[in-house]
Amino acid sequence: MEITAELVEYLEKLGRIRLSEDEKDRTQSELASILGYIDKLGELDTTGVEPLSHAIGHVNVMREDEVTNGDMQEQILANSAETKDGAILVPKTVE
Amino acid sequence: MTDYEMVIGLEVHCELSTASKIFCSCSTKFGGAPNTHVCEVCSGMPGTLPTLNRQVVEFAVKAGLALNCDITRKNKFDRKNYFYPDLPKAYQISQLYYPICRNGHVDIKTSAGMKSIGIHEIHMEEDAGKLVHDPLSGKTMVDFNRCGVPLIEIVSEPDFRSAEEVTAYLEKLRDTLQYLGVSDCKMQEGSMRADVNLSVRPRGQKEFGTRTEMKNIASLKAIARAIEYECERQIDVIEAGDKVVQETRRWDDEKEYTYAMRSKEDAQDYKYFPDPDLMPIEISEEYIEKVRSEIPELADAKRTRYVEELGLPEYDADIITGSTTLVKVFETTCEICGAPKDASNWVMTDLLKLCNDSHITPEDISFRFESLGEIIKMVNDGKINRKTGREVFARVFADNVDPAQYVEENGLAQVSDLSAIEPAIKEVLANNEKAVSEYLAGAEKNFQFLIGQSMRSLKGKADPQAVRSALQKLLDEMR
Repeated sequence: MEITAELVEYLEKLGRIRLSEDEKDRTQSELASILGYIDKLGELDTTGVEPLSHAIGHVNVMREDEVTNGDMQEQILANSAETKDGAILVPKTVE
Repeated sequence: MTDYEMVIGLEVHCELSTASKIFCSCSTKFGGAPNTHVCEVCSGMPGTLPTLNRQVVEFAVKAGLALNCDITRKNKFDRKNYFYPDLPKAYQISQLYYPICRNGHVDIKTSAGMKSIGIHEIHMEEDAGKLVHDPLSGKTMVDFNRCGVPLIEIVSEPDFRSAEEVTAYLEKLRDTLQYLGVSDCKMQEGSMRADVNLSVRPRGQKEFGTRTEMKNIASLKAIARAIEYECERQIDVIEAGDKVVQETRRWDDEKEYTYAMRSKEDAQDYKYFPDPDLMPIEISEEYIEKVRSEIPELADAKRTRYVEELGLPEYDADIITGSTTLVKVFETTCEICGAPKDASNWVMTDLLKLCNDSHITPEDISFRFESLGEIIKMVNDGKINRKTGREVFARVFADNVDPAQYVEENGLAQVSDLSAIEPAIKEVLANNEKAVSEYLAGAEKNFQFLIGQSMRSLKGKADPQAVRSALQKLLDEMR
């Protein structure tokens, strides 16, 4: 897969970040080298090998269905720029 | 004009009836003050880790088994990435690659007969927060209480060909999940939500047309209306020589039309990948069998049993099995009074009328379920008459009084003792000489009048049968 300038701009949009022209160039070449490494791995024959998503072998890590958290509205709201009636206020998104 | 058919697939989200959220120990209760059921984990604070709620897996497996699915033995969770203020982590934990259930089906009954609707998959995921527009500030208010409430998403195959089939399917899903205790499926509270994917094609054509998606329609009736409208709209577009655009549309139930939602700048690109914070889940054969053994008798089986074994009319069986609360009341009542037909009559007439009169649904009744059976038993044993029973039940319904105690305290026990009935009737006969002489001269209809007068003088507490025979005997003696 080729990392084009357009692709970098697409990722910029998806990630909601703004890159300078300089950063765009650097991102393009860095992403290309990362993908190059991945492509190298792709040369290995992995027929019959299950994809690995977790490096440690734990399975079924679960908790009981119990409510142990209480109301911590104050702490939750402490991080927000603006609040109203217990809700966090953000720029208009609802139509 | 070409004959078209609609093709519909459904994605149904159901909130699971767990006490706590899917990945943290916050409450899932509906309707709390904003952001009071929220912690570091479900508000997406950096450095926090999710831990899976055991009950979520059990509910998902239970739903899958009841909907005839294969259960996936090796499960994983994936991250679905997108930016929106209702999603504080900027990703939703869901299942893309290995959904917990696959290849199921639901059999529905429509006016055209039985039909099997395929279930493509069921996956587990977390709900998002709630956004409300604030007209005063012109901004959006964010409430994370619903963030992390466990959901299952049930994805059907594109097997529906009419709004009627969709409605029948949603009712069947709702009944099944409620019977399982997996979800309360209240559409008005958003605990069951359906997204409708709809396209049209000339009848006989194999390929699907271009589909549109309608999201989060709030009631079964609205869904049926939205489907009819959207089908007509797409046919009109095609007939006019235009092409249906693949887009998300919103149904306006008041104005009864759908409109395109402002499309996001880019196509959906969720960049799914396995969530490294959550360990895989392995489900064993023993576990599946344990869950299967806990599945209760479901609506269809109950309905058949009520009709065939208990002798209920089909209509009554339909109404009762349509509500898990009515089922509980009915079955408790049968157990106590031992008379299924009486139990169903009282539920169908008295209970539903009382609910109706006080504008509540059966789900909201608050009396002790045993009370109704106790009342019916007193009536059937002749302790009180039907009319008194009805009055007692109204008091039970309103104030949850104890029936036996209430009858006792208010002296409502039925009088069937002749020594109490006869003097009262004699008095009535003495006070109504004209009616009596007319009766004796052949005016049969006066008998009913005299019964009425006697019942009234006994304050309605007498056994009507005993009054009738005592009156007959006394009148016969006067001939």
